Amino acid sequence: MTDPTQVQRTVEGVWRVEAAKVTAVVARLVGDIGLAEDLAQDAFVQALEQWPRDGLPDNPGAWLTSTARRRAIDRIRRDVNLRDKLQQVGHVEEYRVADLAEADFDQAMEDINDDVLGLVFAACHPVLTAQARISLTLRMIGGLTTREIARAFLTTESTIGQRISRAKKALRADGVTIEVPSGAELAPRLASVLEVIYLIFNEGYAATSGRDWVRGDLMEEAIRLGRVLSALAPREPEVHGLVALMEIQASRTRARMAPDGAPILLLDQDRTRWDWSLIRHALTALDRATQLSGIRGPYVLQAAIAACHAGARTAEETDWARIVALYEQLRQVRPSPVIDLNLAVAMSYAAGPAPALSVVDRLVESGALADYHLLPSVRGDLLRKLGREDEAREEFRRAAAMTDNEAERDLLLRRAAEERPRRSLTN
Amino acid sequence: MRFMIIVPGGPETESGNPGTEEQYADMQTYQDEMLRAGVHVDGQGLHPTSKGALVSWENDEWVVTDGPFAESKEIIAGFSIIEVSSREEAIEWVKRWPRSAAPNPGQALELRQIYSAEDFDAMLSPELRRREEQLREAAARQAAQG
Repeated sequence: MTDPTQVQRTVEGVWRVEAAKVTAVVARLVGDIGLAEDLAQDAFVQALEQWPRDGLPDNPGAWLTSTARRRAIDRIRRDVNLRDKLQQVGHVEEYRVADLAEADFDQAMEDINDDVLGLVFAACHPVLTAQARISLTLRMIGGLTTREIARAFLTTESTIGQRISRAKKALRADGVTIEVPSGAELAPRLASVLEVIYLIFNEGYAATSGRDWVRGDLMEEAIRLGRVLSALAPREPEVHGLVALMEIQASRTRARMAPDGAPILLLDQDRTRWDWSLIRHALTALDRATQLSGIRGPYVLQAAIAACHAGARTAEETDWARIVALYEQLRQVRPSPVIDLNLAVAMSYAAGPAPALSVVDRLVESGALADYHLLPSVRGDLLRKLGREDEAREEFRRAAAMTDNEAERDLLLRRAAEERPRRSLTN
Repeated sequence: MRFMIIVPGGPETESGNPGTEEQYADMQTYQDEMLRAGVHVDGQGLHPTSKGALVSWENDEWVVTDGPFAESKEIIAGFSIIEVSSREEAIEWVKRWPRSAAPNPGQALELRQIYSAEDFDAMLSPELRRREEQLREAAARQAAQG
């Protein structure tokens, strides 16, 4: 294989599979995550240089890991300060790993999952900004190149590079290690990880409304990261919940948008265009989550709500009463006016527009969603269903004026001009 | 991107032979690896052709011929579906197929890409193209500001 593009793509393909493990092995050796990432990247670059010459190794993963380890050991030998620091923290045994027999290396590789999990937690550390966490996670765990991350977030390679650089410095300054948080620390740290993954997903989800499939790949990346995490931390229900939620949302990609780019509301979508194999996957993940723990967290509840829709072959079959009950539970664990609004919409289908309007009116009074265009949009819908046409039109026009999104605005103005009630929900 | 890995069959699979314990264990480990890597979508074995049928269209009607497909040169024994970022990554996964379950000489694991949304909806309307360009320009300007 001498075609450089082909080699590069092969190395990148292998890297997607191996990056996290290679970095974790090196991090265990050198104790510093930033340095580990640098050394792992060096191995990646070395592969790009050597494989065209020497051909593909039989076991590319092992080649990358041992190359990175060798570089780590070299670095430890050359760098007095690093060696001293490692000896201080009792790491000196690790750096003699060059003397380990093949069998010991295999054993070390079997324990790698804990280290990879630790790396995930480190990449998502709260000391980092959200953007830094996202970039670092995609590179260290996802095995994406800087170029791929830059393309996905519509920015330059140098911006991403700097972001990652600063992130590594911040981790070093804060003394972050690859130890998995435990005890009281675990829940908030896990929440941080899940937030990063969901942010990546939403970046991709929003992008697909622009039909940019390059950025839409971010949804797949996020789902993959979620699945990796669920394998690393199988007893955490919220992880399975997040995976289920993302998969169900992703399952609607083909149905969410008309050919001219206009958004199609959930209840109006052609369900034959939903990805039912993805939904099946999601329901399995949700099952796992609900079997694990009695108390349902926010991701599990949101996934359960999404599953209600996914479980209805047609919009008419939707179990609205169940959705209302789930939103009630969700409000308890994650109080938010947006959730209250969604509850009102579900209530309008389960119990009629009048009780739903009371909930919405209370929200309007509270002033909580003053800048949120969906509030007047929902209110308009309810008013129309109650026959209060003039008020309804006014609300739709108000909502249209509040949104920057052209497609949304067009949709709202169209609804202002309509004569009869329309089904509504976000897509 | 989704790919299907098609597993070739032969006399052993046709006789309903479930394979050796080693093969079974190795395939379990392999599927577990794919699961852990977040790439596993589906994976199934197919019953021997004796339980299947061939359905052909002849003289304006469907003709059903029960298995086994004695004449068939290429019998499928199973398939896996994986979700990866590139063809290269897919090939990397196929190469990790357990040696104990590797195809016999003269046979091969077949890798095929599955059609997806972006393949069908390849045509951007001019409206969308314009919006997309605006979005990119705005983002590039923002990035230039650092």
